[in-house]
Amino acid sequence: MLRQPLSRALALTSPVRAAPLTARRFADQVQAQPEKVEVFIDDQPVHVVPGTTVLQAAAQVGVEIPRFCYHERLAVAGNCRMCLVEVEKSPKPVAACAMPVMKGMRVKTNSDLTRKAREGVMEFLLVNHPLDCPICDQGGECDLQDQSMAFGSDKSRFTDIHFSGKRAVEDKDVGPLIKTIMTRCIHCTRCIRFASEVAGVDDFGTTGRGTDMQVGTYVEKMFLSELSGNIIDLCPVGALTSKPYSFAARPWETRRVDSVDVLDPLGSNIVVATRTNEVLRILPRTNEEINEEWLADKSRFACDGLKRQRLVSPMLVDSRGNLTPVDWEDAIVATARALRDCPPDKLLAVAGDLADAESLVALKDLVNKLGSENTCTEQYFPLEGAGIDLRSSYLLNTKIANVEDADFVLLIGTNVRFEAPLLNARIRKSFIHKETDVALVGPKVDLTYEYMHAGDSASIVKDLATGTSSHAVARRLEQAKRPVVILGAEQLRGPEGAALLAYTQQLALKLHDKLADKSWKVLNVLQRTASQVAALDIGYKPGVGGALQGGPRVVYLLGADSGVVTREALPKDAFVIYQGHHGDVGAQIADVVLPGAAYTEKRATYVNAEGRAQQTLLAVSPPGKARDDWKIIRALSEVVGERLPYDNLDEVRARMSEISPALVAYGDVQDNNYFAQATALAQSLQKSLSGKLDVKLKQLEDYFMTDPISRASPTMAKCIQAVIKQKQSPY
Amino acid sequence: MLSSLRTGVQGLWRISSRSIQTTASRQHDSLFVHRDTPEDNPSIPFEFSQANQKRVEALLAIYPEGHKRGAMIPLLDLAQRQSGGWLPISAMHKVAEILNLPKMRVYEVATFYTMFIRRPIGKYHVQVCTTTPCWLRGSDAILNAIKQETNCEVGGNSPCGKFSVSEVECLGACVNAPMIQVNDDYYEDLSVEDTKEIISKLKKDEKPKPGPRSGRFASEPLGGLTSLTEEPTGPGFGVQDALKA
Repeated sequence: MLRQPLSRALALTSPVRAAPLTARRFADQVQAQPEKVEVFIDDQPVHVVPGTTVLQAAAQVGVEIPRFCYHERLAVAGNCRMCLVEVEKSPKPVAACAMPVMKGMRVKTNSDLTRKAREGVMEFLLVNHPLDCPICDQGGECDLQDQSMAFGSDKSRFTDIHFSGKRAVEDKDVGPLIKTIMTRCIHCTRCIRFASEVAGVDDFGTTGRGTDMQVGTYVEKMFLSELSGNIIDLCPVGALTSKPYSFAARPWETRRVDSVDVLDPLGSNIVVATRTNEVLRILPRTNEEINEEWLADKSRFACDGLKRQRLVSPMLVDSRGNLTPVDWEDAIVATARALRDCPPDKLLAVAGDLADAESLVALKDLVNKLGSENTCTEQYFPLEGAGIDLRSSYLLNTKIANVEDADFVLLIGTNVRFEAPLLNARIRKSFIHKETDVALVGPKVDLTYEYMHAGDSASIVKDLATGTSSHAVARRLEQAKRPVVILGAEQLRGPEGAALLAYTQQLALKLHDKLADKSWKVLNVLQRTASQVAALDIGYKPGVGGALQGGPRVVYLLGADSGVVTREALPKDAFVIYQGHHGDVGAQIADVVLPGAAYTEKRATYVNAEGRAQQTLLAVSPPGKARDDWKIIRALSEVVGERLPYDNLDEVRARMSEISPALVAYGDVQDNNYFAQATALAQSLQKSLSGKLDVKLKQLEDYFMTDPISRASPTMAKCIQAVIKQKQSPY
Repeated sequence: MLSSLRTGVQGLWRISSRSIQTTASRQHDSLFVHRDTPEDNPSIPFEFSQANQKRVEALLAIYPEGHKRGAMIPLLDLAQRQSGGWLPISAMHKVAEILNLPKMRVYEVATFYTMFIRRPIGKYHVQVCTTTPCWLRGSDAILNAIKQETNCEVGGNSPCGKFSVSEVECLGACVNAPMIQVNDDYYEDLSVEDTKEIISKLKKDEKPKPGPRSGRFASEPLGGLTSLTEEPTGPGFGVQDALKA
């Protein structure tokens, strides 16, 4: 239950929270901008809207007020008292984070009274905080450390250590991801507010009172959330630290490389912290248009999977059928021979879930040069109707940040919570802070917020599209001013996929026609993987079904690990080439293995579900003999005798921009159109729908292992075990 | 010279006495995390009795729709009374279920208020006030008498299982100090003998008469009334003649 706070009134309109203009174009402009009031921060005048807090007003003129409990994205708690400032004519110092500005207010953030108040608060906090910085994992990135240096007193009057010692609190067990040392807790309640507001799992709280108060779960319970890792970042002290990263490194020893996550389709921005060519941890990087400052647990904690089950050397199958390590030369020659000897129509290339745009382009160019058109992706998308010719048919057109401004969200056959956790966090945010309602067609799942469940049969979508439905959802959709329809790409796999897409397109177009604001996009297709959008942009055919029917002689798997291509489905003498970074499903069936680089080991382009191209950067070098993926294909082309016309990354990217300029427009996302044309082309596909919609990821335990990296990760395995164990507990 | 000596002495004085007083920090006698025990675990079912079910509905009716969580404390109290003076975790779960709240929000309230007792206690919960006025009037002797009679330590249960003894802060009956509270009743103006008599009666499950033992009514003066001794004057008393009708 949310303690619905000032945040509804303040935080959402706060200047700090306002995303860049492009992302917030649809922000409600119904109420007229109220007149601004003038306040003085350290005698500097600043004009702010009424309702702004003193702390936010100070931030506008660049004065930072120290704080522990205040966080821009959470409700205001006002309980740490660190932000006390002197306000003229006020008898006592006031808490800047909770005090709304008043006309002509004169705030002194550096007066004697303010300094004394801060020193006093800091002294009290330190009385109850252990002096264990040398063994604390937060050391070096600790707010308490930093602020006690900057704002604390140089001495303490704490002498109780000689008598009864410091207050101590029992540690809690909240799962395999978060380590708790509760004695260090300063009761800022950020984790409690995050759990209740953002994650939607109300398991944290304070128990007891006074000196006995403690933050915890009261009963022994794991924090069952896919966003749990964020409370580690939120914790201003070392009370909540990362278990997999415990005692691993100090922040100043690590090298930080900005990168992009590929384990879900959103492309969350991350920072990869490395030391001695080893990925130690992954942290979120703020991007208001995608992940704000959160990161899902799989993206954050699956990085230990990058060190296990890796393909470190090229391998060739020997006479007994075992893969044996060989030199690059042998592997390339064997591969090239197979490719050259293969009749063009019997050559098939399959791109997997984690393939980057560069290698996708190189592989497609090579296969095309060899005379074959058989390049496809593992994930399916119907080719009937407009197919993949119109980019708007397969993208998240509304864009992640704009979902916040929607007033009605219809989810069709998708469990957003586990397919794209941060998109779900956005929907939850607008559900909590605005009047947004959500409806779901598909199996009943826990989305962390209430929604109208319309049923799980696909025919409901047809009824909604044709206007024959009498369900409450239909009425709400009619009335919505900014409706959003999100269709899970997983549903398009079956024989009815094309019809489902056609009806969804028709529904979206019908809703769009009624909108006053024509620039609002209604139709969204949520892809499941990080590579799919780029592959479709480049021209890969979605789905391998048809291609396998042709009985391919040579199959080139570019990180294809989702088990769509199996030995049983291939002719007996088919030659399978696997290029990828993990020994997973694909490598098991391969005749030759070419070790590639994972997303932290190459500079590569990924296009997220919105169609936004982003690039990962080289954080560590690939292990062993592994190489950049596009370079392997380039080297191979030389030996095959069909030399690809690019020798360095810039030239590959020049080639990519020839195919689609969107692939190299980094950070940028285009508005999509042609919804009416796509719908018109799909008109003939509108057949009756009889199937039931089902999703793969239903429970939290399904979420943790979905790709080769997370399947190799011991932390993810522990998570699954812990979740299953927790589900058996009575709490 | 004298002044410099004085400042020197003052300096010494300042060093030797720090400005913060130190006292032993006292931890609460109950835990603020839950541990499963055979008597208290979530698999023991809890349901409100028929009679209490009606009370639950009446309590919920007081609060407007959307603010039903306001009924949490009354419901927890009802559950505690039904469970014999203490609040099992399954009762908290039941209250959370009735109010449609996350369980943690109920745990928070139940651990905050000291009148919710989260461990099994005896039939008679004897709370001895030991705050200053009662202490000055001999609450230590009262407490010792109770400990002796019930054979029960502070914060624990008696071996017979009938009594639990707590030391509590001011119960607001300082005029009638020293005093104890047994379940819902106050026993005031106690002597050691009175206390022993109360305990022995409770042992026989008889209910001693609550209230002051000194013979006075409530907190009237011991030696009889010193004011308000005559009939109250009627309306118009003391009003100027000119203003009288």
